[in-house]
Amino acid sequence: MQIRKGGFGVDLYEYQARELFAQHDVPVLPGGVAATPADAGGVAAGLGGKVVVKAQVKTGGRGKAGGVKLADGPDDAARQAEAILGLDIKGHRTRRVLVTEAAPIAAEYYVSFLLDRARRGFLAIASAEGGVEIEQLAAERPDALATVPIDPLIGVDEVTAASILRAGRFPSEVIDEAADVLVKLWQAFVAEDATLVEVNPLIRDSGDRIIALDAKVTLDDNADFRQPGHAALADDQVSDPLEAAAKERDLNYVKLDGQVGVIGNGAGLVMSTLDVVAYTGERYGGVTPANFLDIGGGASAEVMAAGLEVILSDVDVKSVFVNVFGGITACDAVADGIVRAFELLADRGESVKRPLVVRLDGNNADEGRRILDEANLPGVVRVDTMDAAAEQAAQLAAGA
Amino acid sequence: MAIFVNEHSKVVVQGMTGAQGAQHTARMLRAGTNVVGGVNARKAGQTAEILPGQRLPVFGSVKEARAHTGADVSVLFVPPRFAKDAVIEAIDAEMELAVVITEGIPVHDAAAFWAQAVADGRTRIIGPNCPGVISPGKSNVGIIPSDITGSGPIGLVSKSGTLTYQLMYELNDIGFTTAVGIGGDPIIGTTHIDCLAEFERDPGTEVIVMIGEIGGDAEERAAEFIRDNVSKPVVAYVAGFTAPEGKTMGHAGAIVSGSSGTAAAKKAALEAAGVYVGKTPTETAELVRKVR
Repeated sequence: MQIRKGGFGVDLYEYQARELFAQHDVPVLPGGVAATPADAGGVAAGLGGKVVVKAQVKTGGRGKAGGVKLADGPDDAARQAEAILGLDIKGHRTRRVLVTEAAPIAAEYYVSFLLDRARRGFLAIASAEGGVEIEQLAAERPDALATVPIDPLIGVDEVTAASILRAGRFPSEVIDEAADVLVKLWQAFVAEDATLVEVNPLIRDSGDRIIALDAKVTLDDNADFRQPGHAALADDQVSDPLEAAAKERDLNYVKLDGQVGVIGNGAGLVMSTLDVVAYTGERYGGVTPANFLDIGGGASAEVMAAGLEVILSDVDVKSVFVNVFGGITACDAVADGIVRAFELLADRGESVKRPLVVRLDGNNADEGRRILDEANLPGVVRVDTMDAAAEQAAQLAAGA
Repeated sequence: MAIFVNEHSKVVVQGMTGAQGAQHTARMLRAGTNVVGGVNARKAGQTAEILPGQRLPVFGSVKEARAHTGADVSVLFVPPRFAKDAVIEAIDAEMELAVVITEGIPVHDAAAFWAQAVADGRTRIIGPNCPGVISPGKSNVGIIPSDITGSGPIGLVSKSGTLTYQLMYELNDIGFTTAVGIGGDPIIGTTHIDCLAEFERDPGTEVIVMIGEIGGDAEERAAEFIRDNVSKPVVAYVAGFTAPEGKTMGHAGAIVSGSSGTAAAKKAALEAAGVYVGKTPTETAELVRKVR
């Protein structure tokens, strides 16, 4: 079988995931997070002895990128933190480090619980061969890991946990203690509304203690209403200024690197619009979409104006394609929304200087088109089919 | 003919007295759906005016609604925090079908009610986070506009709401037996495969349209199923060819992770199974006309 980690929701940093583990009594090493070399030294001083300094980035391969270092003491920890902070790891800038005690590792294992779309439930994965990329292990030596479906109505008790670990070929002498940890991990998975909890490696130290040396957690943001603590875990690091602006306006926006701004209703239709723009763009010098923006069912003037505002502040955008299929929303309401969005933007002293191709179809399309024609908005072109409208938008972007 | 809902379906609405529920119940009634009542424990015994001059009874539980009306289908507009209990109530009442329109249900809750439905073995769940199911001219359960198309020989199954509407519109001169919006959440009750199996069995369905999008491997598994089990022509469309890796595009389901779950991989798997795959919704509609 194919192992595919993650899934959906909010990925946590290791230090946040480790904190959640600790709250649910999953054993972790003493440590603390630091944003400056001095703070890292301070954490190391508090711990005493050798420490590990680890870059906090939401991507794998930290070790290879020089993001995980052993340090002899506080001064060395500060030095290592200095080298790691600011490091670019696969496009992720390191802004914090986690400093923990250095564990004397006797053995490395792997355990995780995750969402299993295919079975419409959850899955436990366990392997006595941890510390390596689990996707690689699954591809190369599938026998080395056990995947066990979990019944959400029953969950994971000591007996189930022990059988999962035996299936993962854990040595018999560690199963009791590791099963105890696995049960707590399951409890964390459920209590925190996680879609992934992963420990790689789960270690046995030289004192035969079982400890989670790493922590990976993805949380389901649909559960935010009953997880008041999760708001504090939201990522304060926004990578793109346009995405930040869109987030402020509550828009479902993703920045892409093309020239045609796209606004549509419904995630599927907008994704489809991106594809159609890219296909037709091949004939116009490789014009591609500049963004994903789903304004949802309502498509009110305010949302339309906010969307246009964000898209037009993208200097790469040469033309805009508004692609709306009126389902529940009638097209006349959408057309009104576009007209009023232009007024709103004018009131704010902004004008729409780039061409806008509008395609309205579906519920009350004739009336919507009439409203647009009558408004005679500057730079607005009405094209009535999706493919032709995409072509027009691509052509305008290429000619700009 | 049709699948899942037809002219005999008796529909009860959980969440009918809420704003969304009332609005869509009115639309369902206008579309000719046999809506027999709503459920709200706090308003049990009352009636609610859904259309001018048309009042529907409000029952205290789904069981009660079923006992009084013979309802066999439930459609849910209840808020996410109450959705799990509401679906389990429909399962306990042994409804044949529960259509969960609600968006934003925690995945642990969806996993729980799905497991409950499987354990009890009586209730089919469609959704959550879906537009519902329509058999044009017979019954419309959910929020799919009823005036896009009439009945005809096409069966449609889709993860995406607006793409469903787009394809129904492009093919409204031919018409549909049933269109099912299965929703884009990671855990859904009825899958592409479930719908393909039903359309294959349905004598009224001559051609099947399947709409997928990036994320997961449902389309790949559907391709395998089609290869082995579906004799009727299948035309597919997959959205998200140009979606960047690791970005969520609206639906929780629409995220590409690594090399798997890409639109290209899905298209290749479907074509290998003998499915015609359109590059755009319009081309997909043209393919349907060709294979018919």
